[in-house]
Amino acid sequence: MSDNSTPAKTPLYDWHADNGGRMVDFAGWLMPVQYRSIVEEHQATRNAVGLFDISHMGRLLIDGPDAASFLDSLLTRSVVDMKPHQIRYSLVCNEQGGILDDVLTYRVVLDADQSSGFGLVVNASNREKIVAWLQSQVADRSVEIRDVTTEYAMIALQGPKAIELLDPLTPFELTSMRYYTGQLMEFDGAECFVSRTGYTGEDGCEIICEADKIVGIWQRLIDEAHKIGGSAVGLAARDTLRLEAGMPLYGHELSESINPVEAGLDFAINLQNRDFVGKDALVEFRKKGQSRVRVGLQLEDRRVPREGCRLLRGDSEIGVVTSGTFSPTFERPIAMGYVKDTVAAPGTTLTVDIRGKEHSATVVPLPFYERGK
Amino acid sequence: MNPEQLLFAKTHEWIAVAEEDGTKIATLGLSAFAIEALTDLVYIDLPAVGRKVEAEQPFCEVESVKAVSDIYAPVEGEVIAVNDALPNALETLGDDPYDAGWIAKIKITDEAGLNNLLDHAAYQKQCNEEAH
Repeated sequence: MSDNSTPAKTPLYDWHADNGGRMVDFAGWLMPVQYRSIVEEHQATRNAVGLFDISHMGRLLIDGPDAASFLDSLLTRSVVDMKPHQIRYSLVCNEQGGILDDVLTYRVVLDADQSSGFGLVVNASNREKIVAWLQSQVADRSVEIRDVTTEYAMIALQGPKAIELLDPLTPFELTSMRYYTGQLMEFDGAECFVSRTGYTGEDGCEIICEADKIVGIWQRLIDEAHKIGGSAVGLAARDTLRLEAGMPLYGHELSESINPVEAGLDFAINLQNRDFVGKDALVEFRKKGQSRVRVGLQLEDRRVPREGCRLLRGDSEIGVVTSGTFSPTFERPIAMGYVKDTVAAPGTTLTVDIRGKEHSATVVPLPFYERGK
Repeated sequence: MNPEQLLFAKTHEWIAVAEEDGTKIATLGLSAFAIEALTDLVYIDLPAVGRKVEAEQPFCEVESVKAVSDIYAPVEGEVIAVNDALPNALETLGDDPYDAGWIAKIKITDEAGLNNLLDHAAYQKQCNEEAH
């Protein structure tokens, strides 16, 4: 979405507006930032279940005989060995190893003969860039790239009660679905792709279905959620939830001037026996070591460090905050940022400049929050 | 206080002006609309008593989960009192914005700023526009 165009509406826009959603322009989409208190929405997700409209995320289908090898040449993790139904988090890098986006790759199985293509879910803010990047990399391969974002809607159910809410409503036994896998199934008369994925640190699912079917499904799930202490949740609590879970957000912890090694995303880099755009740079980054790394920060008082706040040690500037919030779970300010590797060890005390005043912060391991297993 | 009898800044502060011993004192707080919009307050940074303030300049801050917001002085003057109870009872700002939720009292040294304030009806109009 370009900045000067009218923001797009998801198929759930009217529902949000009719149910107290405060609508804001986010990456070219009118999205609910909150319906009520952010803390209440956050706690509903941690304690029961939160429902999120994430239809703004970009949805791409990559098909054709060369689809697997094509994606394999562009993603930091292997694609060719993905099994049907499997989903992988990985990064798209440029030649310099800078992060163009972080994406989920879905090995989708669309029909009984197991013929399959791939789905890519990309950040809303990067959708046009990634579509253009993919197209520029096709060369003579036989690949079809389709941007199906507006043909489908996408929602997330997240929280300790998410699976028990959805399981009785679907023909598939969700409790047996492994994390980071997905399945096509019929739900409420609509064909849905349900995956055990999310961005909150909780167990849960994400559902993709045809755009005109989502309102009924959403309302049914909302009705069920209300019975067990759940509710709709806006982007503000989605941010506090992912921050507590130590998950990076593109535009904050990730950008073209940050590489996956310093971002602490080694688990999403697979260098063995394969080649992809940015690989040489990543090999070099790993060999050299990184001069800055992503860390978690915890503060004692109630002032909240925000994106852009400078991090100091003594008089010298040693880093910057990329995201910060007041953690509803821990009831104290938390932040993520990049600091020099020499001051990145957990327990290190730093100073944060919050609007001209210095506050003490301690480096802590990520994630801040990990759900009970 | 009845909000209909208060003055409001475009930046969402309410102001009540009273005369004590020949000097004008402005009591200031945040409007119910502002508190509702902020939600999830976590901190207020009260100004120091004795601090000189300038009209339409920030002089203290309120922090919510989502963002930090400046509170602006409506007039030039000097802070002569702050509501010390607020930092440990931020809910007061929302529960009783126009009485117990007052934030600071300012001794006015230049009244010019008062001319830029809105009456309740004009402020409501601005809020209705912002809400859409």
